[in-house]
Amino acid sequence: MPNPIQPNLVLRVAGKMLIPIILMFALYVQFHGETGPGGGFQAGVIFTSAFILYALVFGIGPARAVATDRVLRVLAAFGVLLYIGVGIASLLSGGNFLDYDVLGENAIEGQHLGIFLIELGVGFTVASVMIIIFFAFAERGARP
Amino acid sequence: MISHHLPILQVIVPLLAAPLCLLLYDRFLSWCISLFASGIAFLIAALLLHQTLHTGVISYELGGWAAPWGIEYRVDIVNAFVLLIVTAISSTIIVFAKESVAQEIYAERIPLFYAVYMLFLCGLLGVTVTGDVFNLFVFMEISALSSYTLIAISEDRRALTASYQYLFLGTIGASFILISIGLLYSMTGTLNMQDLARRLPAVSGNRTVESAFAFLTVGISIKLALVPLHLWLPNAYTYAPSVVSAFIASTATKVAFYVLLRFMFSVLGVTLSFQSMLLSGIFLALGIAAIFVGSTAAIFQDNIKRMLAYSSIAQIGYMVLGVSFATVTGLTAALLHLFNHALIKAALFLALGCIFYRFGSASMNQIYGIGRRMPWTMTAFVIGGLSLIGVPLTVGFISKWYLVLAAMEAGMWLVAAAILAASLLTVVYIWRVVEAAWFKVPVQSPTANTGEVPLSMLLPTWALIIANRYFGIDTSLTVGVAPQAAEWLLGITG
Repeated sequence: MPNPIQPNLVLRVAGKMLIPIILMFALYVQFHGETGPGGGFQAGVIFTSAFILYALVFGIGPARAVATDRVLRVLAAFGVLLYIGVGIASLLSGGNFLDYDVLGENAIEGQHLGIFLIELGVGFTVASVMIIIFFAFAERGARP
Repeated sequence: MISHHLPILQVIVPLLAAPLCLLLYDRFLSWCISLFASGIAFLIAALLLHQTLHTGVISYELGGWAAPWGIEYRVDIVNAFVLLIVTAISSTIIVFAKESVAQEIYAERIPLFYAVYMLFLCGLLGVTVTGDVFNLFVFMEISALSSYTLIAISEDRRALTASYQYLFLGTIGASFILISIGLLYSMTGTLNMQDLARRLPAVSGNRTVESAFAFLTVGISIKLALVPLHLWLPNAYTYAPSVVSAFIASTATKVAFYVLLRFMFSVLGVTLSFQSMLLSGIFLALGIAAIFVGSTAAIFQDNIKRMLAYSSIAQIGYMVLGVSFATVTGLTAALLHLFNHALIKAALFLALGCIFYRFGSASMNQIYGIGRRMPWTMTAFVIGGLSLIGVPLTVGFISKWYLVLAAMEAGMWLVAAAILAASLLTVVYIWRVVEAAWFKVPVQSPTANTGEVPLSMLLPTWALIIANRYFGIDTSLTVGVAPQAAEWLLGITG
């Protein structure tokens, strides 16, 4: 396992302060995607950047304790399934694929719900795939 | 009700299977899912072809947005035909894959392999089914990125550089296509194919449209591996796992060829492509060059997989040659060869996959005398080879017949002679394999494990071989559909 950066007080304190804020910002971008700039893709990447910062400062070991291969794989697949699931739900409700209008009681509510779920799916998959890519590079040579 | 949604189901069935493979992460289950999804996709494709033949064009609006604004999926005879062959080949190869993949790919990567395979299939089907040029680009990238992965997943480390090379050229091709789509959009303000075809004549002769045309032709030619842009292909096919070589060789270039037809005929129109931009001359020269460069290079290969790869380059030449005539017969020949070559190459690569399964290599001196030890495999290879040459009663004959016919119709006797001469080159390289397998003295193999391969590999191979013979004798499906599709592309029928 590669060593983390030498324990550096400034990095550790600054990291601890920044990481929760970055995570909060990611969630903000995620949930305001339909009204402001942003959305699932951007949110996923911002979320991952907090994760990478953590792994750089505190080491890969502790980061891995949260994000095992299995968890990441399930989350990545879940995001795509959520996306397709919304599409299939609209098929089953009598609309065309990804026609959000039929998902809610009226068209506006349906559009809100549809885009919210779609973006959530994108966010899950982008964040977990980005973390997988980060680990794939960070752990090179460390695993057989 | 469900029949209304068939165009989208065609794409989302494999798309749904991919994350399921990842989620379950089990070798056997992911194989089952892929087989099931591919089978369903084949069924959908057959239904779509049936519908288009009887009721005409099917249009589907994604998300309920009307056509020029939203994404439209549009199935006519041409793409229904391509969908059918892609899904048929995919289903056959999945059956074959179970044993072959277990041998050629690290065990822990096998579920990933099936997930990526499904994404690749989804990308190909998406490219074929869509009626929106940007959507086409996105699906093209899905299929391209998954094909890079499929090649790199091999245990052979040389596959990594081959995949990297392919990634480089593939990305350049994709960028060119995207630039072209951007230019077309800037001129017309639309991405819908139908709408583009309507608006483009008004701005014809414009430099922007002409450069869009140039970018598009070069971009697709890279994806298609048309000589002289074929350099990524031999390594990619040689070092990929056998199943992947078979699948990519028989579908990816075919779908790229479909994209070429779709853009040149349905979007840009015959007038622009063939009258003001002189595509005929370019494609005639490049097609003949591809046929001779590919066939000649194939003769000198010691690795049979590489030999088949070069042969694929030559076959792409035949298809492009068919397009260059821009006549119904020429296009019929091109479409027939698209279908037939998919059958031929899949069969040959699967037979080769059987050899690889036993010997772990596909070099010419490995197979000395194996005709006696693996009679079924080698007989399959020989019949596939005959079909590639174009011997009567095989599919190869049908497409070459139409191609020669088209050349004669256009009054190009030299081209017709060249097609026949190139068949002789095919005889030479197929004969080298036949000679090695049946007439050379076997090398004493250190392993006794050299019998016939498992039935689950022989059956799909033979299914394709029988298809090669069947469609060479009963041509009611192919010769029934291809001329209609050709007329549709040229805008002759209503």
